[in-house]
Parts: sequence; C-alpha cells; structure tokens
Amino acid sequence: MRDFCLLYQAIDQTTKTNEKVEVMQHYFARAKPADAAWAVYFLSGQKLKRLINTAKLRIWASEEANIPLWLLEETYEWVGDLGETLAAVIADSDADVQGSLCDWVEEKLLPLASMSDHEQQAAVKNYWKQMTSVQRFVLNKLITGSFRIGVSQRLLTRAIASVAKLSVESVAHRLMGNWSPTPQFYSDLIDPTKQSVANYLPYPFCLANPIESSVEQLGQSDDYLVEWKWDGIRAQVIKRDDELYIWSRGEERIEDRFPELVNLREDLPNGTVLDGEILAFKDGRPLAFAELQRRIGRKTIGKKLMADVPVEFVAFDCLEYDGEDIRQHPLSQRRERLQTIVEQASQAAIQVSPTIVASNWDGLEAMRQQCRQYEAEGLMLKPYSSTYAVGRTRGAWWKWKIDPYTIDAVLTAAQRGHGRRASMYTDYTFSLWDNGRLVTFAKAYSGLTDSEMRQVDQFVRQNTLDRFGPVRTVEPLLVMELAFENLQASKRHKSGVAVRFPRILRWRHDKKPEQANTLDELRRLAT
Amino acid sequence: MADENFSELLTLSSSGLYCPAGDFYIDPWRPVKRAVITHAHSDHARAGSEQYLAAASSEKLLRVRLGHDINLLAVSYGEIVTLNGVRVSLHPAGHILGSSQIRLEYRGRIAVVTGDYKLGADSTTESFAPIPCNLLVTESTFGLPVFHWPRSEIVFSEINDWWRANQSEGKTSVIYGYSVGKAQRILAGLDRSVGPIYCHGAVHVGNQAYLESGIDLPPSERISDIEATRGKQIDWHRGIVIAPPSAHGTPWLRRFGAISTAMASGWMAIRGTRRRRAMDRGFVLSDHVDWPELLSTIHQCKPEAIWVTHGFSSIVARYLSECGWNAKPLKTQFVGESSDGGELETAADEAVKTVKPESVEG
Repeated sequence: MRDFCLLYQAIDQTTKTNEKVEVMQHYFARAKPADAAWAVYFLSGQKLKRLINTAKLRIWASEEANIPLWLLEETYEWVGDLGETLAAVIADSDADVQGSLCDWVEEKLLPLASMSDHEQQAAVKNYWKQMTSVQRFVLNKLITGSFRIGVSQRLLTRAIASVAKLSVESVAHRLMGNWSPTPQFYSDLIDPTKQSVANYLPYPFCLANPIESSVEQLGQSDDYLVEWKWDGIRAQVIKRDDELYIWSRGEERIEDRFPELVNLREDLPNGTVLDGEILAFKDGRPLAFAELQRRIGRKTIGKKLMADVPVEFVAFDCLEYDGEDIRQHPLSQRRERLQTIVEQASQAAIQVSPTIVASNWDGLEAMRQQCRQYEAEGLMLKPYSSTYAVGRTRGAWWKWKIDPYTIDAVLTAAQRGHGRRASMYTDYTFSLWDNGRLVTFAKAYSGLTDSEMRQVDQFVRQNTLDRFGPVRTVEPLLVMELAFENLQASKRHKSGVAVRFPRILRWRHDKKPEQANTLDELRRLAT
Repeated sequence: MADENFSELLTLSSSGLYCPAGDFYIDPWRPVKRAVITHAHSDHARAGSEQYLAAASSEKLLRVRLGHDINLLAVSYGEIVTLNGVRVSLHPAGHILGSSQIRLEYRGRIAVVTGDYKLGADSTTESFAPIPCNLLVTESTFGLPVFHWPRSEIVFSEINDWWRANQSEGKTSVIYGYSVGKAQRILAGLDRSVGPIYCHGAVHVGNQAYLESGIDLPPSERISDIEATRGKQIDWHRGIVIAPPSAHGTPWLRRFGAISTAMASGWMAIRGTRRRRAMDRGFVLSDHVDWPELLSTIHQCKPEAIWVTHGFSSIVARYLSECGWNAKPLKTQFVGESSDGGELETAADEAVKTVKPESVEG
C-alpha cells in the first residue's frame, strides 16, 4: 500500500508522460503479482463499488478532526475534493501505512461493505490513524470509488509492455474487456509465452486524430476512403464460437441493450469482428443523437421505444475474417471483406457505412458542409493503404469535423470547479436574450485559459447577486462566444433547446451584454 | 465595524484599521497622517503616508519598498511609544524580517493586531510570541482545518533532495517564492554543499536588505552579475535559482536550459492549487499560521473579542463563536470576500513587482 501511494504521488507530481511511464515501470518491476493486479485495476480507471456512503465519512472525519460538520462542508467547498478534504482535516502523526495493496483491498476495504455502521466507523477511523495524509487521500479515493489518476490507458499499457517485454498492442488486447484483478490475471498479462486471448475480447479500438491544418497536406484525396463521421455509439461486433458479443468503446458489453442486433448472431459467420457505429436509424435515415440517447443507459427496452428509435449497426471496418486477425491488411482489403460479410447478413439491421466520393478536396469540403443533414459531425478520412492501428495513432485515421455552431451568450451564474479547478469559480451557466429577459440555455466548463479563469473567478466573487448552495448568480456583464455541435428541441430545458458539447470559444471583451444573441437566433441556427 | 467596548481603541475605517484615541492607522490602504506598519509586504505597507512607525528590523526593507526618504520612526521590539495617550509597542510576528504584532494599550484596555504571522521555525526572522490582550485582530489566510504545516526541516530536506535529483538529470532547479521573506527563508534552508545558489534580481534586492539588517544568509550569486562577468555561456544545471513567481513562464528562464520548477507556498498543500500552478513540484512552506497554530494563538492570548481578517474570516469567526469566543469577521480591502483565500498570496506575489528594477534581466 505504501508503494502504491508513492506511485500515486509520483504520477501526480509530474505532468510529463515519460516520467509517468518510468515511475509505473519502477512500480510494476517490483510489485508482487497480487498487488500489481490491483494496481492495474485502479490505474486503468476501474473502481470498487462504493463501500461506504460519503455522508458517513464526512461525519467521522469531522469527529476525528474535532470540527463541526458545517466547517468540514465549507472546507470541502473550497478544496473541491472530498477525499482530499477528509484526509487533510485529520492532523498527521508519524504513522506510516503497513501491509500490501492486495491485503488492504481484499482484507480491509472490500469487507467494509458487509459491516454494520458501527463496525465501519471503528474500522475506517482506525485505518486513518495508521496513515499519512497522502495515504489517507488514496484510501478515501478507493473507499468512495472516486480514485482517478492522470495516466491514460495508453501510458499504463506502455509501462506494462516494457516491464513484460511485450508489444504495446498485445498488452492492450489482453487488457480489454472485463477481468478480475487476480495474481493469475497479472501473471498472464505479462507472460510473453502466452499466445491467445479470450474469445469474447474485442481488439483495441483505432481512434482518429483531428485535422489540424489543411486537408491538402494529406496528399491526394483519392488515396482516402471517405465516410461520414457518425455521432452514435462506437462498437465492435464479435461473432466467435457461435456467440455474439458487442463491446462499446468504453469496453462495456452492450448486446443486451440492442435487441435489433441479436440477429447478427445467426447472420455473421464465426470468426468475425466488425468495427462500426450503432445509430438510431429510421426510414432509411439516421436520427439525431438525442434520440439514441433515450436508449442509452436503459437495461430493458420497451416495444414503444424500440419502434420509435430503432437502431442499426453501421459497419466500417473488418478486423477479423474467417478467424484470422486481418488488422495488418490494408484498409482496401478489409473493406472488401466487410462488404462480403454484410451482403451475406441479409436479415440483420446492419449496413456498410456509405463511401463518399468526390473528385477532389473541394468536392469533399462541399459534402462536409452538408453533413448535418445526415446527422453526421463531419467526415472521416482513412488511407486505403492503412492498417488498423491501436489507439490514437497519428497518420492512421483523420476526423475532419464540421465547424461548430457558435453564439454569443451572457454569463449569468457560476459554480466552483473540481480537481485542477477546485476552489475557483470555473463552471459557468450562460443565458441568451428572450423578450428582454435572459434565459439560461447552456453550461460550459472549458475553453478559457488559466489566466482568464482567474479573472472570471475574481469577477464572480465581486459581482455575486445571489447564492443558491454552491451556485452564485452574477451580474450579467460578461459575454462569451460559445461553440456547440448540435441543437435539439427539448422539454427538459428552460430555453426549449438542448445544445450538445457546449464550450467556450473566446471571451468577447468587445461585446456588451445587450449585444449577446437571442434564443430566436439560436433556434434559427438549426434551420 | 463599531464595537462599543473598543470604540476608542480600534475601529475599521475606509482607510483601514484606525485607533481613534491615538489618531493613527495600522497598515492603511490609503495615504494617512500616521501609519503603524506590521511588515514590509506591499499589501500592508503602502506609500504616501506622512509618518510611519515600524520595527527597527524592518527599516531596510521598508525603505526599499516605500522610498529611502520616508519619515520613519523605527522602534525596537517591546519599546513603548505613547501616541496621544495610547501606549503602542511592536512585538515579533515571525512572518518575515521585521514583521510585528502591534500592541495598543489605552485606559487599561489592550488590543493586539497580529498582522501576518507564523509559529514555525525560521532563522531569518524573530520568533512570534503570543501577547495576552482584550481584543485580538488576527489574520486567517490559511484558516481552514485542512492546513497543517509539515515541519520546515522536512520541507527543506525535500527541497534539497529535489535539487539533487534535478542535478543528476542535468536540469537546473528553479524555485519560486516571494522576493522578500519567502525567498530568504528558502535561501537559509538550502544545503550549500549541493551546488551553487543563484538569485533573480528582485530576490537579490531582498537579500541585500536582510544582510544589511544583520541576518545571516548563505552566499548566493545574482544572475545578472554572473552573466556580466562570465558571459552568456554558463552551465547552470548544478545550481538552484530562487526567483519570484512572476518569473514563471517568462523568456527569462530560457538561459537555464532544461529546468525543473517548484513553488514554495502554503497553498501547495492543496492539490488543486498545486496543479493549477503547472509547476513540477509544490513545497508546503508558509509564512502564515496554519489551523492548529491559529487556534493555539487564540487560546494563549485569551482575548474577550476577536476580529478575524485577511482570508477565511467569516468561516473562522463563525467557528470561534461556536466555541464560545466573541468573534467576528472584519472586511478588508484586499479580498472581495472572506471565503476567498486563493488570492492572498497572489497579492503578495504582486508585491514583487514594486521592487523589480530588472525583472526581465534578473
């Protein structure tokens, strides 16, 4: 546990990816498999089910710190991180944690779930006393299921691969899907002699990079396969050993959520893996993402919902054909395989993502401008000669997104942020004019520089009109240009419109609040 | 902020804390006739007043800040000056060199204004001692129960370890702290056997004032002096550079080649503020009281009334009231509101700029 806390601290202290990889290598090279397995589990973002509700932890910490609960809450509001607040209000002694990570998780933390309140309280307070402030912080994060750390799956994979002397691709593949953090799992993970992976596991997804400069720099347009960039649920469909598995990019099994797709089990040959997007699709046209959203998160799908929002799998790549991993074959060949498979799958809700053809980049640009008619976010550009890469590899796939919608809105409320922005007012609510009144229409958290955030933070403190819990309404004085991807009528929103991915484009110092846009102007953007 | 019991001794006016009986201000934020100054940071010592009263050990710093020709009455700690019948004396606050608590006594009533203060060890300043009083005006910059300072020896050994590690990786260490006070405290805590110590021009000015005041500091070299004698091709990587926070992210740093940066401040105790600074390291080194120190000071002073200022005043005052003290928050000009501690040390950061004859050349 001490080593794991040191690892956490070392990762937290650096912003440099090479250093993060180095400290992970250092850890994994020394850790026992039982501990390493749990470390992989936590570093890859997996969590223990919340073991104790945080209301109880707040009370116990305030008792240990000998402070009233309101003071703990005020402090938390300022610090912005509960695990940190609970750890830091307790004064440090010279205690230093003993015991391994595996023992802590399996013998101390997991059993908390089945204890009485009283036993939990005694146990947690006792654990806190055995630790330094940083160790308590890590412990609290584990207990509350909010452990987060600044390493990507890619960096973790790199570190393990270098310790195990395996390729990044094979470690990435072994880390896909659901696994239990057992010593056996870790030993298998780093075993260079082990060949196969479980048949239900997906391949690591290939991700696209945004076009940063002009598309002309990519060379000839006819070297690229061009498709719509769909706004749905990215998924891999696997048919092996007569079973069908559908995995989302978040590595969740989702075949149960989409009954329309179960026919694929009959229609696809064994030894097939397809990559594509699940879209709400009706009368030959994709529906807006907001429609598909109604199906996400529902475990049981009613008949009405299925009739209203039917889905299809829009396939764009074939990763395994006839039991063979063909990711290293050129895209042109993989597309032929895909075509063959989909043509044979006559019954199922599956189609090949249409190819967009134009004679040059200008022609494609014209198509890109029309993408919203197809509920797409732009175009995907994939070299015909490219292999199927692991993760966000440069030079493989490009996304050429449509320029976002933009509108000038007035900042009307703010709330304190979390993490790096904790203790500053960085979560903003924006409004537009409607018959002389400002109506809330979007929240945005990102887009300003650190220095601008500090200025807005000061502004909020000095121009507060009213406070509602953590939220402050402010004088409507600041105008910001917001960007967003899409808009959709909504009954749940006061403005009657829901916008997708709103973010701040820039601070319009040159505009007065009365020059901001109106709700009508927002609605007109969509037409 | 009228308080019937102390209305002759201390009130809050539009220019700051005012003693009506003695007709003088403490750390006024506008020019006044007579100003008693707790310490030489620019959010406490402001230019333009006709007469200043401050601790003798702060004289060098004050003259650097406010001008050499200010009308300054410098008094020793403990020496009593009577102003219109009010007995005024200054006592060490432990914040920076020459920082004072101001003790006022009038008709048997005693008020103490702490100014900024700390209890932790610091060889560059006189140590704080609590003064029993009827009214205590205390700062609350770090008045939240999450602030528990580590012992300074531990922090300095972390700083020295970091310096050594950077050296072995071929990186120059750059540590930021306010040019007056924090910088000298860092300097005094560095292990000279590790390598050479370099100072930014603003820090150098602070060092000179400390040395002239008789404070022992390890030898350090001013960067512009070295460059003047040795030219621009200097291998800095074995050394550590002490610079004000305003130097962070500026082209001035380019001369050092590969660097590792660190901030020394009490705010570094909080992960969010630490990460927002975007430095490689944050060392928890504060010149203010932490939560337990604030409470222990109050217990030792046993005041009838407490005014809480500079920082988390509302929260601290509410907590003290619940514990049975007669406490209230005092609004000051420096913070938009009491629960905003975040900008206070930034205000002191800015102080650096008033002494920068050469923040770019260093």
